[in-house]
Amino acid sequence: MGTIIETNNLRAYYITKAYGVERTVKAVDDITLRIQEGEVYGIAGESGCGKSTLLRVLLNAYEPPLTVVGGEVIYHLDGERVDAADMTEEHQRDLRWRTISYIPQGSMHVLNPVRRIRDSFHDFISAHRDVSKSESFELTANYLRDLGLPEKVMASYPHQLSGGMRQRVTIALATILWPKLIFADEPTTALDVVVQRGVIQMLKDVQQKEGSTLILITHDIGVHANLADRIAILYAGKLVEEAATQTILENPRHPYTRFLIESLPSLDSREERLSIPGRPPALDRPPSGCRFHERCPLAMDICKTIEPALIEIAPKHFTACHVVEEELSHASAV
Amino acid sequence: MHQQSENLPVSTRQPLLQIENLSKVFHIRQGFSSQEFHAVDNASIVIDSDKPEIFAVVGESGSGKTTLAKMVLGMEAVSAGVLRYKNRVINDISPKEMKTWFYREVQPVFQDPFAAFSPLKRIDSYLFETAANYKMANKKEAPRYINEVLSEVGLTLAEIAGRYPNELSGGQAQRVAIARALITKPSLIVADEPVSMLDASLRMSIVNMFRNLKDHSEVSVIYITHDLATAFYAGDRIAVMLRGWIVEMGPTEQVLGNPLHPYTQNLKNSIPSIRSSDAWNEKIDLAVIETDEYTRTGCKFAGRCPAVMDICHDNIPPSVVHQGRSVKCFLFEDDGAPASQKVATPALG
Repeated sequence: MGTIIETNNLRAYYITKAYGVERTVKAVDDITLRIQEGEVYGIAGESGCGKSTLLRVLLNAYEPPLTVVGGEVIYHLDGERVDAADMTEEHQRDLRWRTISYIPQGSMHVLNPVRRIRDSFHDFISAHRDVSKSESFELTANYLRDLGLPEKVMASYPHQLSGGMRQRVTIALATILWPKLIFADEPTTALDVVVQRGVIQMLKDVQQKEGSTLILITHDIGVHANLADRIAILYAGKLVEEAATQTILENPRHPYTRFLIESLPSLDSREERLSIPGRPPALDRPPSGCRFHERCPLAMDICKTIEPALIEIAPKHFTACHVVEEELSHASAV
Repeated sequence: MHQQSENLPVSTRQPLLQIENLSKVFHIRQGFSSQEFHAVDNASIVIDSDKPEIFAVVGESGSGKTTLAKMVLGMEAVSAGVLRYKNRVINDISPKEMKTWFYREVQPVFQDPFAAFSPLKRIDSYLFETAANYKMANKKEAPRYINEVLSEVGLTLAEIAGRYPNELSGGQAQRVAIARALITKPSLIVADEPVSMLDASLRMSIVNMFRNLKDHSEVSVIYITHDLATAFYAGDRIAVMLRGWIVEMGPTEQVLGNPLHPYTQNLKNSIPSIRSSDAWNEKIDLAVIETDEYTRTGCKFAGRCPAVMDICHDNIPPSVVHQGRSVKCFLFEDDGAPASQKVATPALG
């Protein structure tokens, strides 16, 4: 299985000009990723860390003020290498939903309130394929049955369904044309645990059925733990750590990742858990050096001035931290 | 009207808040027919005054937990039952007394701090106004007093003075919202999903703050959430709600450590674990249509329950005291708790 989507030194900034004052928000700053065909790639980080911006650029669906100021996004589809920046409008429209699909945040509100679910499905399918109403109904019924959604959903109006059921119907809608590449932006946020579990199960089913690639964006590490094969941790527009899910959870190396994992409450113990001190930096004036140094208990002098590079500290485990780097050089010197 | 509280043993101490058989009925109109449903059905909770506690209320969306909070806060009319605060019935207290007495004692904190503050108003003005309205400090003393209250939530007046809500992070704005609630020196805070808009890293700082307030400022908190992990972390006692019912209630460590009601078990098993060995194996059923469950004749969970019996479809299970908590399920019998803790079986239908 090869790479399906990659970015090289991607920089995407929000550039706004108001009353002659230019403001640049560096939401995605120098990010290089390789996402493999058929994997579930999780992107985690707090709000304002640039994960939704990254998603927009990966989807090639962005408008000013968001501007790609450097780097590139490359798709590898059907053996073809396509630079996202060179794609024609027509080519994009052709790819969308059929090959590349997107489950937006709060997607349970996207359904048309005055149309039955089956009619929404028909509208959607007929926009991409030449199908009659009965054909699209059959396709929909089969697909919903495969995913374990009850038959009566078809004839219902969106407001009659529970929130979780609506969310799952939207996921079905976004994936009924069997896209190769699915982006999901916070698909379970604002859902309660039982419904969340149902949605995660369904995403897993959809992904496994056709071996699609799923790029999952959420701040909830618990969701990543149950779904993702690999996790990338974003902090203030930078990729600070990337590794297999197991490695991130059991052996996180970047101090920020360690905070994220350790601060998660669990049902095992009620002992006091520390929260991360401080708050994420504003991205129009990011801190110098390592962007985490102001909140990092391990920060050294070098962290304040020099930006750490993303290095491979173990096979397929990348992290960007001076402290980890120094520990490793000590270990190898001994 | 004043029947014995259904779920809880009668306390001999003076309670802070008594919720007795509280119900809220909404009507859904479909064409010419009108359907009744109980958003909160016969809920009884007692919060004692001698020792502050965090009382967690958990359940999925549409379980009635927000409606319960709104009734306690006097923001939603009560359909049936009695609300008592410091031994005074507050169901139909006069609006004036609501303002001058009740809201001094009981304060809300809501889900979205940015929706709670006007974007056009400086955020510190809310603190000064509340202090002035409740005569907590005169003009000269106000800054010092407010600074003192802000320190309880880990902020200083210098940090937020003159700032607009959009200049604060979600965690900071929520802290200011909690500080505003603390201005009147309340005995009870009703917090409705106070952390669900916040990031994981900030979430714990707010929950830790509630624990601090309880320990150091003598404030009890009704903590309403769908996040079981923080409820377990912060809550001393917990009530699990399902479609308007309290299905299990008791000390948090017992209820979540060893859940008895199949629904509580279902909730607990659905928490995504960060240990991969705990990954979910079996599939679960979800409710398709919410009102179907609300209008069910028997147990509301019968449609999804893995342990469902014939009796569950047509009969409402009684709340029984079993292993130190109350549980509303036919699977359990009253386990011979002391007589004072025996609970009356509610009338069916």
